[in-house]
Amino acid sequence: MNKISSILSRSQDKQKRGRVLSFAIVIIAYIIIEIMLKTGSLSSLFSSLLVPVTCYVVAAIGLNLNVGISGELNLGQAGFMSVGAFCAVCVSGILAGTVTAGIPRLIISMICGAALAAFFGFLIGIPVLKLQGDYLAIVTLAFGQIIKSVFMNAYIGIDSEGLHYSFVDSSFKLQPGGKMLLNGPMGATGTAKIANFTVGIVLIIIALLIVYNLMFSRSGRAIMAARDNRIAAESVGIPISRTKMLAFVVSAALAGAAGALYGLNYSTLVPNKFDFNTSILILVYVVLGGLGNMTGTIISTVILILLPELLRSLQDYRMLIYAVVLILIMLVTNNEQLKSKWKSLTGRKAKGGASNG
Amino acid sequence: MAEFHTDSGKTPVLDVQELGIDFGGLTAVNDLNLQVYEGEIAGLIGPNGAGKTTVFNLLTKVYKPTRGKIYFDGKDTAGKNVVSINKAGIARTFQNIRLFGALTVLDNVKTGFHNVIPYSPITAMLRLPKYYAAEREIDEKARDLLKILELDRFADVTASNLPYGAQRRLEIARALATNPKLLLLDEPAAGMNPQETAELMDMIRFVRDHFGIAILLIEHDMKLVMGICERITVLNYGMMLAQGTPEEIQSNPEVIKAYLGD
Repeated sequence: MNKISSILSRSQDKQKRGRVLSFAIVIIAYIIIEIMLKTGSLSSLFSSLLVPVTCYVVAAIGLNLNVGISGELNLGQAGFMSVGAFCAVCVSGILAGTVTAGIPRLIISMICGAALAAFFGFLIGIPVLKLQGDYLAIVTLAFGQIIKSVFMNAYIGIDSEGLHYSFVDSSFKLQPGGKMLLNGPMGATGTAKIANFTVGIVLIIIALLIVYNLMFSRSGRAIMAARDNRIAAESVGIPISRTKMLAFVVSAALAGAAGALYGLNYSTLVPNKFDFNTSILILVYVVLGGLGNMTGTIISTVILILLPELLRSLQDYRMLIYAVVLILIMLVTNNEQLKSKWKSLTGRKAKGGASNG
Repeated sequence: MAEFHTDSGKTPVLDVQELGIDFGGLTAVNDLNLQVYEGEIAGLIGPNGAGKTTVFNLLTKVYKPTRGKIYFDGKDTAGKNVVSINKAGIARTFQNIRLFGALTVLDNVKTGFHNVIPYSPITAMLRLPKYYAAEREIDEKARDLLKILELDRFADVTASNLPYGAQRRLEIARALATNPKLLLLDEPAAGMNPQETAELMDMIRFVRDHFGIAILLIEHDMKLVMGICERITVLNYGMMLAQGTPEEIQSNPEVIKAYLGD
């Protein structure tokens, strides 16, 4: 009976509270930061990190849908960000003459970036999601590397005659007034910086809405059912590969939108930015924040991006401390003994014990 | 079909003809003929390793038969897969319980409505009016099913934390959610105590009467099998040993030999 009573406390209300909490955190953080920006009490270092943090939060929320909710490992989230980023930079560059207002151009670019990333996700998913096991991890890992090489060798320019492209070198001559959108290993240069923090926050809220609305619906139940027990899910008529595809494509689209925002926040963006390390970093945010836990993902992403910056004064030791903090968080969140100790410290266990008795 | 015992006026929901499957050199099921009629509770029994679960896996298309035909609702089921056979109206439970462990009991049942009350992911993401209408209907029907299987007090419990007997009942509720015409129960009373088994028998009868569906069950608990099955098929070494009413089976010397040895 001890067990049952403790389980019964876990109800749907708790899930709802978790959802409200994540929106509340985002909105409160936004208000506080806006006030700090207005009063000028935010250092230039931190204000430069605002947009990248929102990008990584969105990419991590997307990845958590794939890894936590759908249970498929993806080691190429940075690859999808890369697709979104360079697509958005190109679209923004092409539209620079026609759509002069920043925000509409940003939105169009982000939609294009998300759509292209989703399309790549779909292409990868067709063969891979039919298989069981860790094939998606292997293929997305390869995808991340391939897409980096592609952008390292992509030369795209625009002038009065239209688009020019080459995958060898910048052999094409642009008319006067034309400009290079992508410049091989140097990436995109001279991009108009049209991203801003508010759009980033809106994107986080949209990402949360999409993921939560999906999670608590027929499709979300199917995704989680396919994760928990593939055979049983099929036996109730859930098509596994289509279900997993949905989670994967939405995840890729969110990464694409995040990448688009990221790309339009800098005047220069090199393809090397989105390498394997970035994919692993995003995965670390997700695992540390808790699989399937969006609020945790947001918090862990923010902390793990800010931590190395906060530790900058410690110079060489900062990555060492970063690693120690990572290990400590993992121990505390996954070690049953430490967990119960933590609970007894915060008094939650005593309360649970009383209700059981 | 004249050679088989038939209830006059009833048509078979399931008609299995000369079904067989080989795994490499091993013949797991051979020459099986089996009918389940509308609204009937039929039993499939046999010693361990007789191939009973293999028959269920054949019926639900987990395995493709090597020989023979399976007609469901008058139609040949060749070419169907696990998902489409469920849509056609065959639902099952598993011998080794397979629940969606991280989901709540209520959500486990709701997954069963996947194809019964469908709406698109876009509807869900945009929270269109259809989403609310469909979810309300799913919620109501899922709670009704929980009530029938006496699981309503566990609705918000995570499935993996359920007591054993309740897990078995939850599998039945989830299978019923898919709106089947034929329900396959693989050892529904395994691990239950006599009182739980007695309750389960009443529940199975009620489910049959309430939903008007046919039920085929595998069971080792002879009290349950003889108590609720109207017709029983006995398997031994993948072959059909006997078929008939509980009385006929109980007095069949072949069956007694198979169970007790020479």
